[in-house]
Amino acid sequence: MFNLEGKSALVTGATGGIGEAIARALHAQGATVTLSGTREAKLEALASDLGDRVHIKAANLSDRESVDALVPAAEEMMGGLDILVNNAGITRDNIFMRMKDEEWDQVLEVNLSATFRICRAAIKGMMKRRQGRIIGITSVVGVTGNAGQVNYSAAKAGMIGMSKSLAQEVASRKITVNTIAPGFISTAMTDELNEKQRESILGNVPAGRLGTADEIAGAAVYLASDEAAYVTGQTLHVNGGMAMI
Amino acid sequence: MSNVAEQVKKIVVEHLGVEADKVVESASFIDDLGADSLDTVELVMAFEEAFGVEIPDDAAETIQSVGDAVKFIESKQG
Ligand SMILES: NC(=O)c1ccc[n+]([C@@H]2O[C@H](COP(=O)([O-])OP(=O)(O)OC[C@H]3O[C@@H](n4cnc5c(N)ncnc54)[C@H](OP(=O)(O)O)[C@@H]3O)[C@@H](O)[C@H]2O)c1
Repeated sequence: MFNLEGKSALVTGATGGIGEAIARALHAQGATVTLSGTREAKLEALASDLGDRVHIKAANLSDRESVDALVPAAEEMMGGLDILVNNAGITRDNIFMRMKDEEWDQVLEVNLSATFRICRAAIKGMMKRRQGRIIGITSVVGVTGNAGQVNYSAAKAGMIGMSKSLAQEVASRKITVNTIAPGFISTAMTDELNEKQRESILGNVPAGRLGTADEIAGAAVYLASDEAAYVTGQTLHVNGGMAMI
Repeated sequence: MSNVAEQVKKIVVEHLGVEADKVVESASFIDDLGADSLDTVELVMAFEEAFGVEIPDDAAETIQSVGDAVKFIESKQG
């Protein structure tokens, strides 16, 4: 089950907590992976740790040229692209009344517009090969909303809507498009929380703890696998029960 | 029929699974041959591959029929 030997995968945000775990998990199931992010030294370190079946391609997702170059590079290095994981993401939190245009634009650009452009570049090859898995890492707050994150939750909700529409367009070509919505996962992103924020969050998580990046990676492996061929347009919530949707 | 027309016809028959005698120059992919919009995108990709030409998106949108495709490809091969 969940064997990914012979499959090629591209993971954006592979230098981050969740992206690294996803890249490691896909690789462990046998996939060839291309790691992307902006920090080249981190990409190289991860690649050398994984050993064979690994490529790297740095890309700044707030730069459109760099975004458009990513998929062609990955396809060339791996000879195709079967699994695309749009995981890179940023937050620029502020209360709505103080939200600046730049904060809105940056978050929408990296989290949503780059995802759109990367999917568009990848879909052509997937249509030709009559197979493909597109996985977007959204967030529980894309569904529930969250005070202080109008930009982030709009972008994450946008990913969900985009995935559902794309899923309908390409389902007949054996391509699935799904999202994973993590709750609070222990990574650099959540390390920024102070003790009080952490306690109030955990008060709303029935599981009583933060999730781990590996628990997101497991969901990604499943959605990437042949076993998940009949699952499309879905959002898989991995959140310790904090929202049951 | 030109060589290009022959080959275009063959690709359309294979891709859309329609009978060869329906694939005449005036046949519209969508109205006459039962293609959906995704099929037309795939046909364009197949033409690009078979003829080694690049068909930009704005040109692809004007290719609605077998004849349109033949004309476009012949103009590119000049
Ligand atoms: N942690 C959570 O609790 C949580 C919850 C829900 C959803 N998520 C989502 O999960 C995903 C991964 O988050 P994480 O927790 O692993 O965060 P992280 O450790 O901060 O990682 C973020 C990743 O995104 C990449 N990235 C950011 N801006 C970029 C840009 N302009 N161009 C290219 N890459 C860029 C970073 O690459 P570089 O550092 O190399 O620039 C990094 O690899 C995000 O989409 C996040 O929204 C996380």
